[in-house]
Amino acid sequence: MHNNIKMKAENVDFFYGPRQALKDINLDICEKRVTAIIGPSGCGKSTFIRLLNRMNELIPNTSLKGRILLDGEDIFGQQVDAVGIRRRVGMVFQKPNPFPKSIFENVSYGLHVNGVKDKKLIEKKVVSSLEKAALWDDIKDRLHESALKLSGGQQQRLCIARCLAVEPEVLLFDEPCASLDPISTGKIEELIMELKKYYTIVIVTHNMQQAARISDHTAFFLLGELIEMGKTQDIFTAPKDKRTEDYITGRFG
Amino acid sequence: MERHFDEELKGLNSEILRMGSLTEEAIVDSVKALKEQSREMAANVINSDRKIDSLELEIEEKCLTLMALHQPAAVDLRFLTAAMKLNNELERIADLAVDIAQRVLEIVDKPLLKPLVDIPKLCVIAQTMVKESIDAFVNRDIALAKKVVLSDAEADKLRNFVQDELVSEYISKDASTATRAVPLLLIARHLERICDHATNIAEDVIYMVEAKVVKHHPEEL
Repeated sequence: MHNNIKMKAENVDFFYGPRQALKDINLDICEKRVTAIIGPSGCGKSTFIRLLNRMNELIPNTSLKGRILLDGEDIFGQQVDAVGIRRRVGMVFQKPNPFPKSIFENVSYGLHVNGVKDKKLIEKKVVSSLEKAALWDDIKDRLHESALKLSGGQQQRLCIARCLAVEPEVLLFDEPCASLDPISTGKIEELIMELKKYYTIVIVTHNMQQAARISDHTAFFLLGELIEMGKTQDIFTAPKDKRTEDYITGRFG
Repeated sequence: MERHFDEELKGLNSEILRMGSLTEEAIVDSVKALKEQSREMAANVINSDRKIDSLELEIEEKCLTLMALHQPAAVDLRFLTAAMKLNNELERIADLAVDIAQRVLEIVDKPLLKPLVDIPKLCVIAQTMVKESIDAFVNRDIALAKKVVLSDAEADKLRNFVQDELVSEYISKDASTATRAVPLLLIARHLERICDHATNIAEDVIYMVEAKVVKHHPEEL
């Protein structure tokens, strides 16, 4: 991988109580590329992606060893503010989770939280975020309607717009299409391809064809370990590890 | 874990094996037709090609269907792409056997120019290379595939020898022998081309098994 490294995991171990969920993970995430994390349920991929913006801290009785770097700086460093990290590293979840507010308020929410008061600036950022999330044309005439009236796919794009409004550098997607139909899935995938021009993207997915279609690099996790990482085209044509091959060809189990 | 897909792949494997043995038969029969000066045997080779052509279409359709429905990756993807390429190579080999049979028909009524020595040898090499390339595919046998690739040099040498002999000993000494010498020369050429196709198959087998490209990179062997 010759690209700039935006995030880096160094010797990461993670525990839920006594149970070790991640074992000595070392992984580079390249800037303005899509990195897909694949692996069977329980392999630690969601746990890993949640570490990348310190969401693990919200779960009691967990512990972390090793370092996670963002632009070379340890995101768990003592001087580092978790809220600041979550602004720089946004997350989109499996199930769209719009707030029970208007479309406009959903997108402007993060700006308010970050203390932005200038109404014109807020409006400008809401519009540009909705445009970047490919939702603007769908909803431009009903910005003040409830976000809950949108379809599942639209709600997911709204959640992406909500992330974009605070101008993150990295976007984390945890199974973003798991609850969407193929058409909405296609739109999110197209959107991710578009967004990688501006953002570094990490996506956890159970859908291997999705990883193959949209990612530049793929990491395969199994039982808390990183088994193999490489260019997506290499992983899907000629993986080096037998376990990777068994998983992506469906022989696993 | 055995998958339903594996059953389909096994089915495809045996169809390719069938295509391989029909093709091998065509090569042997075409040269036998030459040795025995048999018009009937040559005609049979030409007629049997239809069977091989339709099998080629069947195999191709099967490969496309499996790709569309199973979206294979890694070793499965390499197997299916190898199967498709191999299918084309075998069909081309069978066409070359037809070409040989047609050359035989051109000279079948004339006395043989000379006793056949090297052409039958070349035929044995071609037939062996085709058989071994298919065996290498079916058994994922890298060592055998490499042996096939390395055998090609021997075929080239023999073809050149036949060509030189026919030109220097016959055509250049007596131009009237050309009508009988040129078909023999072409038959040697067709057999050597069959060896080239077998080499392609072996190279595809190496990629299928090891994901290593040896085509145009002999140093990788």
